[in-house]
Amino acid sequence: MSMANGPDSPRTAVSNPPVQPMASNLGAGDLIRRSATSDLPPPTRQLTPVAKLIDVSKCIGCKACQSACIEWNDTLPAVGENVGVYENPHDLTENMFTLMRFTEWVNPATDSLEWLIRKDGCMHCADPGCLKACPAPGAIVQYSNGIVDFIHENCIGCGYCVKGCPFNIPRISKADHRSYKCTLCSDRVAVGQGPACAKACPTQAIVFGTKEDMKKHAEGRIADLKSRGYSQAGLYDPPGVGGTHVMYVLHHADKPQIYAGLPENPSISPLVQSWKGVTKYVGMAAMSMLAVGSVIHGVFGRANRVSREEEEEAERLVEQGDETPPHDPRERRP
Amino acid sequence: MSSSAAKPPAKPRLVYAQPGDAVEPGKPVTVSRYGPLARLNHWITAGSLILLAVSGLALFTPSLYFLTELFGGGQNTRALHPWIGVVLFVSFFVFFLQLWRANLPEKVDVVWLSKIKDVVGGHEENLPELGKYNAGQKFIFWGMVALILLLIATGVMIWEQYFATYFGIPLRRVAVLVHSIAAVLIICIFILHVYAAIWTRGTLRAMTRGTVTGGWAWRHHRKWLRELAGLRRAETRKTGPAE
Repeated sequence: MSMANGPDSPRTAVSNPPVQPMASNLGAGDLIRRSATSDLPPPTRQLTPVAKLIDVSKCIGCKACQSACIEWNDTLPAVGENVGVYENPHDLTENMFTLMRFTEWVNPATDSLEWLIRKDGCMHCADPGCLKACPAPGAIVQYSNGIVDFIHENCIGCGYCVKGCPFNIPRISKADHRSYKCTLCSDRVAVGQGPACAKACPTQAIVFGTKEDMKKHAEGRIADLKSRGYSQAGLYDPPGVGGTHVMYVLHHADKPQIYAGLPENPSISPLVQSWKGVTKYVGMAAMSMLAVGSVIHGVFGRANRVSREEEEEAERLVEQGDETPPHDPRERRP
Repeated sequence: MSSSAAKPPAKPRLVYAQPGDAVEPGKPVTVSRYGPLARLNHWITAGSLILLAVSGLALFTPSLYFLTELFGGGQNTRALHPWIGVVLFVSFFVFFLQLWRANLPEKVDVVWLSKIKDVVGGHEENLPELGKYNAGQKFIFWGMVALILLLIATGVMIWEQYFATYFGIPLRRVAVLVHSIAAVLIICIFILHVYAAIWTRGTLRAMTRGTVTGGWAWRHHRKWLRELAGLRRAETRKTGPAE
């Protein structure tokens, strides 16, 4: 695309990196969204949108992607405990940005057991709920290539992104109170490399490239699966969040839920939408109108003052008493 | 107290007067309205509410995010806000115990509300005689009670640092929405409360010095004043004047 302004998005995760140092190709001019920022200047160029495609039918559950993720991102997940399931660790954590989720599913059509393995992690939504919910300016950004990234020095650890995310992905660190998730290896993409997980995958169940190329690649895979009897094979690129930059090829695309609860039709919750939309605007308007109205009435209105006569009435009452009963005859309670 | 006392009028049963309320003759008459503990509690609650509003608004709308600087940045604001909420909840709870009885609704509150035009116009002469609180003050009291309960309950649910894992994400989404709506409402009630206290001249000193003038009590809370005057007469009769 706009090669004149420098290198564009990488096309693959397979090639080896050049050995000479490279400048980062993802900068402030590539932002298309920035959390809690309304005056973001338009991006200086449009990078080609990228995507990671995860073909669950080719995944062998080796967890090489998890190891590569830990190694590249230099995280240290705690040593786990075996409770008799394959997931390790048991959930995504601030130190584990991607997780193989294993499901034993009996296909009612064939009565055979299918072992479903889905690599869970951030989907890099085109319409990111985390970014919408985030109150801290610049803590979550979206690049024109589609990557949604957390900028940790701006993160305040409030957990709003957790509520905004339709996929239950962000995790808040108990150590530094900042939110963590898959970056789509934005630091690798910035220097022409694909994500570490895609690079490490031994079966190429994880591939990386432009979103367009990945959709084409998925078409071929889906045709192959259909020819093998998976009539419902399809691409998971949910339109409810504007599409995603991490996509799945599913052999049962009509039932995404069976893959460890992959949402059927994810979108930003209406609760989050109204919290960040109508509540904010109506609330701010109500509070400021009341405050301004009070000041105006206070300055121009007539104050409620006690008169001299009322002070005298009170003095008379206290000095001489009055004949009125001291309290309401309609007693409230014993 | 004891009804077996031989002296004619027994001490009048108190309906509006709260412990510590009293009249002091003079020009003008001085009426004790809030004791030191109630005032202390009030100002702890007020201070916490202001800090909560400022820190909460900073996280509510990006245009006010700069307010986090007052707390030493976003991380500190996020960490402090819930603890200030706990302080407010505790201090308001004590305040509640001190005030709730005098804020129970009465029939006269309906009459007062039906004459809201005279209230806003400052025509106290058209309004019924009232006890220690009018319907507006009671509305503010019970509004605060309800919203503070709602805010502490939803606030705990979204207190990421300690309670995030106890509540599911769908519930936390409800909580964060309810928390922000309740916060908007309590800020509106807070503005009304402050404005009414300033507009009704002679009110602020009830929460600073703890006293109001007799004329203020006569104008706004006459039944309460009558009761206190009666109480004083009963006491001076018992002990003898100017002992």
